[in-house]
Amino acid sequence: MRRLRITFLTPAALVTLALFAIPMGIVVAYSLLSRGAYGGVVLPWTLDNYSRVFDPLYGQIVWRSLWIAAVSTLLCLVLGFPIALYIARAQRRRALLLNLVMLPFWTSFLIRTYAWMFLLRDTGLVNSALESLHLIRNPLPLLFNDGAVILGLVYGYLPFMVLPLYATLEKLDPALIDAAQDLGATPWVTLWKIVVPLSRSGMLAGGLLVFIPCLGAYLTPDLLGGGKSVMVGNLVQNQFTTARDWPFGSAVSLLLMAAVLLLVLRILGRREQTLL
Amino acid sequence: MKRFLSVYAAGIYAFLYLPLFVLAVFSFNSSKFAVWRGFTWHWYLDCFHSQALIEATAHSLIIAICATVFSTVIGTLAGYSLWKRRLPWLTNSLYLTLLTPEIVTGISLLAFFQWIFRFLHWHLGLHTVILAHISFSLAYVVIVILARLRTFDPALEEAALDLGANEWQVFRYVTVPNLLPGIAAAALLCFTVSFDDYVITSLVAGVDSETLPMVIYAMARKGVNPMVNALSAMITFGLGALILLAGRFQKEESA
Amino acid sequence: MELRALTKHYSTHHAVNGISLALERGEFFSLIGPSGCGKTTTLRLIAGFETPTAGEILLNGKSVAGMKPYQRNVSTVFQNYALFPHLPVSRNVAFGLERRGRSSSSAIADKVRNVLALVRLEGKEDRLPNQISGGERQRAALARSLVLEPDVLLLDEPLSALDPKLRKQVRSELKSLQRRVGITFLFITHDQEEALSLSDRMAVMNHGKIEQAGSPKEIYQRPKSRFAAEFLGEVNWIGGAGIRPESVRISRDGPADAARCFSATVTGSTYLGNCVHVQMRLADGASCIAQVPQREFHREASGAVHIWWNATDELPPIEE
Repeated sequence: MRRLRITFLTPAALVTLALFAIPMGIVVAYSLLSRGAYGGVVLPWTLDNYSRVFDPLYGQIVWRSLWIAAVSTLLCLVLGFPIALYIARAQRRRALLLNLVMLPFWTSFLIRTYAWMFLLRDTGLVNSALESLHLIRNPLPLLFNDGAVILGLVYGYLPFMVLPLYATLEKLDPALIDAAQDLGATPWVTLWKIVVPLSRSGMLAGGLLVFIPCLGAYLTPDLLGGGKSVMVGNLVQNQFTTARDWPFGSAVSLLLMAAVLLLVLRILGRREQTLL
Repeated sequence: MKRFLSVYAAGIYAFLYLPLFVLAVFSFNSSKFAVWRGFTWHWYLDCFHSQALIEATAHSLIIAICATVFSTVIGTLAGYSLWKRRLPWLTNSLYLTLLTPEIVTGISLLAFFQWIFRFLHWHLGLHTVILAHISFSLAYVVIVILARLRTFDPALEEAALDLGANEWQVFRYVTVPNLLPGIAAAALLCFTVSFDDYVITSLVAGVDSETLPMVIYAMARKGVNPMVNALSAMITFGLGALILLAGRFQKEESA
Repeated sequence: MELRALTKHYSTHHAVNGISLALERGEFFSLIGPSGCGKTTTLRLIAGFETPTAGEILLNGKSVAGMKPYQRNVSTVFQNYALFPHLPVSRNVAFGLERRGRSSSSAIADKVRNVLALVRLEGKEDRLPNQISGGERQRAALARSLVLEPDVLLLDEPLSALDPKLRKQVRSELKSLQRRVGITFLFITHDQEEALSLSDRMAVMNHGKIEQAGSPKEIYQRPKSRFAAEFLGEVNWIGGAGIRPESVRISRDGPADAARCFSATVTGSTYLGNCVHVQMRLADGASCIAQVPQREFHREASGAVHIWWNATDELPPIEE
């Protein structure tokens, strides 16, 4: 049995080692080196890359990323909770209703982001419709700002919030709600005093599943934010392509990862549950 | 309360599907802009006549199929072993790959490939993309398989051992047949994630291994282009149909 | 098969504590005891799913130490049958033979057909396990193990998943089946009625040790410990002697020769269909139960009565 297990595990271990651990190790190494003249990295070793991150120039980007991710997560929570509740309460066809929420997630994220470009751009559907109805004379600048990015992120990650929320709400004992109403609580009060507190683990899981990708988002701020709404992900990509400052890009990446890890460990440590 | 929830739910479903629906509708618009001018198949034909698009689609399919096959096999074997005896370092590493932002995975692999190419004299190409895709989809497979195994009765394996099957035979003749729905689900997940990937692929693909998302991205960035609408419609409905079919097949299986 | 000082310790508790048993070829042997007494662990040790901490297991005189489950010529019928859900009954039954790879496919098909006829499952060969009834599933699991002609067949509470009516019927079928095939059965149960009715010999287990081994009659009538006495049936301990309820006689006045006679007050009765259990309290406050056949029970057997029994019905004194 042991020999079989080792045989079975070796490919996965190799993949993880060669295609994850070593690349990460290289990034760590690069973050401590200096930028080469034509890109790439050269000695000497330095911590400058990390201190540069705290430059006010980049601080704005970090702050924007945190703020956008937080708002998007909150919006997902507010928008996602009622629909998760609806599906959990549905008498029939729960699986179908849930699948309908998840189905867009299975199609292309890129396409779903592009859809909002199509809707929000100056020549897009919203502006064209408003213009043809003579409600506006010039197109509204709906695209290429923080709001558009938030909209795109919420649209993209809403299913990630609904799923864990649904899982928690579905396990809720309906007898608890009956008991509350029996004791005189209106549906509204029952919702706030019983249902919401008991679904805390689902909210936490959903929050994590949305906040983390939002923090490291690249595609959405790139397409929907133009150059106007730069987030950490864009910064990193930029360093590895046009700016050719791999050490700095590596340092930013590692700090991003550290932030994500800290958050996950803090939340998981507190609740000691497996999210996945 | 119930009425409010139903109305709200309808609103959310509309929010989720209308943008895609609108995209599809305007893929038939004879004008490039978002004002309806007339029905046409014009943009769809353009797609099928575009050499670049066809090549990119082929690349995407090759990459997705290869990555899916490797990831599913490697992940199933690993998931099974982890179910038998836990290995925290491997499980945690796999979880870590999921938590890593795509951009970070992408640049780390880029750095890695550039580094080893100094010794191997290789270039970025389809093979590097496939390796990258295996790297980030492996964790998905392991999670799906582990979830399935949680509902698998260990007595079945013991019975097989008892009847004379060695450990490999138990896996092959008893565990895998019962795990097939999970393996299929994992494969489907791998395929869709791989086919759709832009961020990581764009960093590790070579000049002549463009994928469909890369082409779509370039077109979307350039400006208004109904071909993107047409592509979007085709991909959405194509993948959507695939998912629904898979779901229907799975329901039949368990019936 | 022989177990010699078989021991299995876990970090939290001792599951099996040095048990020794010898099974004769062809006998129906039951291992009985309360949950947690170690009988299932013993089974798993014999089958090879666990390794003993100490002691030996000998099959036909040879130790099976180090042998994997698929190398031992013992076969297990699991409590929930563990039939492979993706294979029809015939493929389930053929599984072990196919793994051995020694017989041709036609020989295998013959063996499968014969054993299915033996357990009366003809006609169900192509059904999947979820398409047959609980009793049929049990027979399929039995067939699957029997077809391999093991030295010992291990049965882990095979009747517990069946409903009570079916259980009695299957019980007698199981007994006659065992007589027909002549394979040694090691039968695990916590139901004393099953053990008593099925076994040629049996052993009572408690806390990982064997309290007593012997024929059912031996253990029931001459238990060597209080635990063995009370596990196989009810016992009244009166005046230092043990008497089973069915041996206690009640009457208004005692018998003429009142050697073992006590006065008691009836405190209640429980109607059990074919008999009545009469609860009484003795003069010293101890309680006592008598089992009275239905037709002998009179409503008047209430209030002050006398109980008595024959000396021969007493359980032999127990040294503990």
